[in-house]
Amino acid sequence: MFEVTQATEVYSTIEIAKGDVAAGEQAADFVVERTFRVGLQEQLYIEPQGAIAYPYRETGNGKRETGVTVVGSLQCPYYVHRALKRALALTDEQAVVIQAETGGGFGGKEEYPSIVAIHAALLACKAGWPVRLIYDRHEDLAATTKRHPGVISHRTAVKKDGTLLSQDIYIVLDGGAYCTLTPVVLSRAAIHAAGAYSCPNVRIRARAVATNTPPNGAFRGFGAPQSLFAAELMVEHVAERLGMSSVDLRRKWMLRVGDTTATGQNLTESVSAELVLDAALRAVAPNRLTAQPPIRHGRGLSLVFHGSGFTGSGERKLSGTVAVAGLANGTFQILTASTEIGQGTKTIFCQLAADALGVGLDKVVLAPQDTSLVPDSGPTVASRTAMIVGRLIQEAATELRDRAKREPLPLRVEKTYVQPDSIHWDEATYRGDAYPVYAWACTIADVDVDMTTGEVRVTDVVTAVDCGKALHPVMAEGQIEGGSLQAVGWATIEEIKMKDGGYQNDRLATYLIPTALDAPRIRTILVENPYSRGPFGAKGIGELPMDGPAPAIIAAIHDATGVWLDEVPATPEKVLAACTSR
Amino acid sequence: MRDVTYLRPRTLSEAVQLYRTTPGCRPLAGGTDLMVMLHARTLRPEPRGGAVLDLWSLAELKGVRRLGDILEVGAAEPYTGIIGSAEVQQHLPALAAAARTIGAAQIQNRGTLGGNLANASPAGDTLPVLLAYDVVVVTDRRSIPIDRFFTGYRKTALESDELITAVRFPIGRQVAFRKVGTRAAQAISKVVLAVSLTPARVAIGSVAEVPLRAHRAEAALEGGDVAGAIAAVADDIRPIDDVRSTAAYRRAVTQNVLRGLLDAFARG
Ligand SMILES: Cc1cc2nc3c(=O)[nH]c(=O)nc-3n(C[C@H](O)[C@H](O)[C@H](O)COP(=O)(O)OP(=O)(O)OC[C@H]3O[C@@H](n4cnc5c(N)ncnc54)[C@H](O)[C@@H]3O)c2cc1C
Repeated sequence: MFEVTQATEVYSTIEIAKGDVAAGEQAADFVVERTFRVGLQEQLYIEPQGAIAYPYRETGNGKRETGVTVVGSLQCPYYVHRALKRALALTDEQAVVIQAETGGGFGGKEEYPSIVAIHAALLACKAGWPVRLIYDRHEDLAATTKRHPGVISHRTAVKKDGTLLSQDIYIVLDGGAYCTLTPVVLSRAAIHAAGAYSCPNVRIRARAVATNTPPNGAFRGFGAPQSLFAAELMVEHVAERLGMSSVDLRRKWMLRVGDTTATGQNLTESVSAELVLDAALRAVAPNRLTAQPPIRHGRGLSLVFHGSGFTGSGERKLSGTVAVAGLANGTFQILTASTEIGQGTKTIFCQLAADALGVGLDKVVLAPQDTSLVPDSGPTVASRTAMIVGRLIQEAATELRDRAKREPLPLRVEKTYVQPDSIHWDEATYRGDAYPVYAWACTIADVDVDMTTGEVRVTDVVTAVDCGKALHPVMAEGQIEGGSLQAVGWATIEEIKMKDGGYQNDRLATYLIPTALDAPRIRTILVENPYSRGPFGAKGIGELPMDGPAPAIIAAIHDATGVWLDEVPATPEKVLAACTSR
Repeated sequence: MRDVTYLRPRTLSEAVQLYRTTPGCRPLAGGTDLMVMLHARTLRPEPRGGAVLDLWSLAELKGVRRLGDILEVGAAEPYTGIIGSAEVQQHLPALAAAARTIGAAQIQNRGTLGGNLANASPAGDTLPVLLAYDVVVVTDRRSIPIDRFFTGYRKTALESDELITAVRFPIGRQVAFRKVGTRAAQAISKVVLAVSLTPARVAIGSVAEVPLRAHRAEAALEGGDVAGAIAAVADDIRPIDDVRSTAAYRRAVTQNVLRGLLDAFARG
């Protein structure tokens, strides 16, 4: 494999600059430098990639007409729709994409289903017959995109009292052999790279490079887990250098209302670093039992933020659209391309609409995610569905309720996202409001490390989360629990070794994720600090839980063993080697 | 999967007869190794229009029996039966411990000692236990001492038409067991050890092409030299780097786990 730091073929670069890093370093008592590495990760949705293509489309009365229909396991019907139109030279009407009940996505079904759909559609057109193309697990693991691995270096300048003077950050993400959504992943990685902290002088340089591996792509968190991993461990290293508690240092640095981020975004509302930090600290018992050798206990903490919605002008460009229809029989239909992939979209959309319409939940249904029926609401990604699309549904339903007082059913109200005037973003300079708002989380992880085998058992993960408003608390907690476990796997055992440009761990016998027996006790504390433009104040929550656990676990391993790993996964091999060479 | 003839003998002698006379025939016990191989087409030699011989329901191959100071476990007795056997729990706790680490519940309901032995993976989790107990592998025609059973990478002393019927354990030996895998269930061993003090037995899996006895370490232990045994075991093993782990890790962990097991013996 080409070493990412040596790779010369570049997909994209980003530079974010705030203040003057050189001046910051000049005024510093200490400059701490450190390099971090993060590994590949497979989404491992339960259902592999798959699609059925029909070499025709059916119109209302069951008549077959020229076109192609694809039914598939996917997150973003309109992405597949666009790909089909382009590949097969179809018109908007001729291409029909229908989401099948989908067994998980985690970003893995954002982009890749377009490839499966095109392959199936080409075969169907050639055969003149429907074609079903379903990957088996081995094919899925061997071929589909993974989380981008990367190398992230930090130089942080501080005063003796901990005052943060500058952050100089360099990110290299490995895009693999072909460019996927890599530039967009790099963008989210870069914007989150300084962490949830306020710093006057920041420079973030980021590049995504080509290597000779299968391509990497979208995965829950979309670059932010990678850069936040480095940012959070950097706090630990600086605190260690200063001889200060890293919790106290976070308190000193963390973003508050009125502070500006690395892109110069002025944070005006729903800023909750302190809230979640306090809530998490309150939730854990301070004293821990001492462990019996060869086991050692350790505890670590992390504080993260995650931008809700598309980056920068993304939401404006997408201009997501929904409709709510009142039918003649007195029931209501939500028309949206946002998909249910296990995260609860169907439930919360119906909740929001029923509430706004003032009817029972049983009176509202979600129309099928079928591009011949529903408008393009934008993709189901980027922690945007509840906050952006949910809000549009709420607005459409409210308007429908008013109109239904005066006009007879059936009625249909459509709403399209309009970027508020207060959001400014300059794509050329990477300055401005990178996201409409941020969600916040503080994670505390407890680990047991076996000093004879280097095995790390994550026993407890406690996360305090501000998602503005938990529209459905049980499902919000479900997002945190699932995401936390996914992050535990990334941090500890999920490892992919490369050979001749391919993955060696391309079966479930060798790509290991935590089992029920490996899962820690996971506790979630929902802190609600509403966002004025979210439905009932809701912000995104889907990706956030992927950000915090990994750095907290590495800090906990350090607490237990005295060894800094600075990389994930912290496999037993690496932990034992580090403990032995110490 | 291609066409395979399915044979279900009702008695052991019928099974032996069929195995001898059916070309390209493979015994099938729990199928937890065989089905994976058939599915992935890694079975060699492939059953050329061959046959599977289902041993699962043969009464002669089931159960746990006490024969004087021997405990005999049927070759087709699943792990769940072994774990649940009061005699195994009392006399062979290390076997029960090893069985509990195999796959998870579904695999334990189907997987057998006969299959683990005949499959002869260097990572087979019961195999170090069998070595540490000096078991005798009973077949349809003879008894094979376990230390002569594994002849090379996934090769055994079994003849091409020989069936394992049972495994005989001596009663009264204290064996300690530990498996190190990547996760708490459904993990293939990176290192797996079974150790006895009297007689001195150090048996290890996943550190060579076969599950092996660490003879140098055993010799040191025989002389009461615990530190010597831990040092010597490094020369007994031949670990490699592979997709699951590294040679260096396996070496270090073999020594550390051996130390841990011997310390536990010393503490009683
Ligand atoms: C998900 C999963 C997890 C697993 N986890 C583990 C684990 O943790 N540890 C571990 O050691 N193994 C593990 N295995 C492997 C397997 O379960 C064990 O090796 C098991 O003991 C095999 O027994 P079986 O009865 O299923 O064998 P089968 O698959 O029926 O047979 C295996 C081989 O032995 C031959 N054979 C079977 N019985 C006899 C007999 N009586 N005489 C002669 N030849 C015979 C067959 O022809 C075949 O070649 C796992 C397998 C799976 C699928």
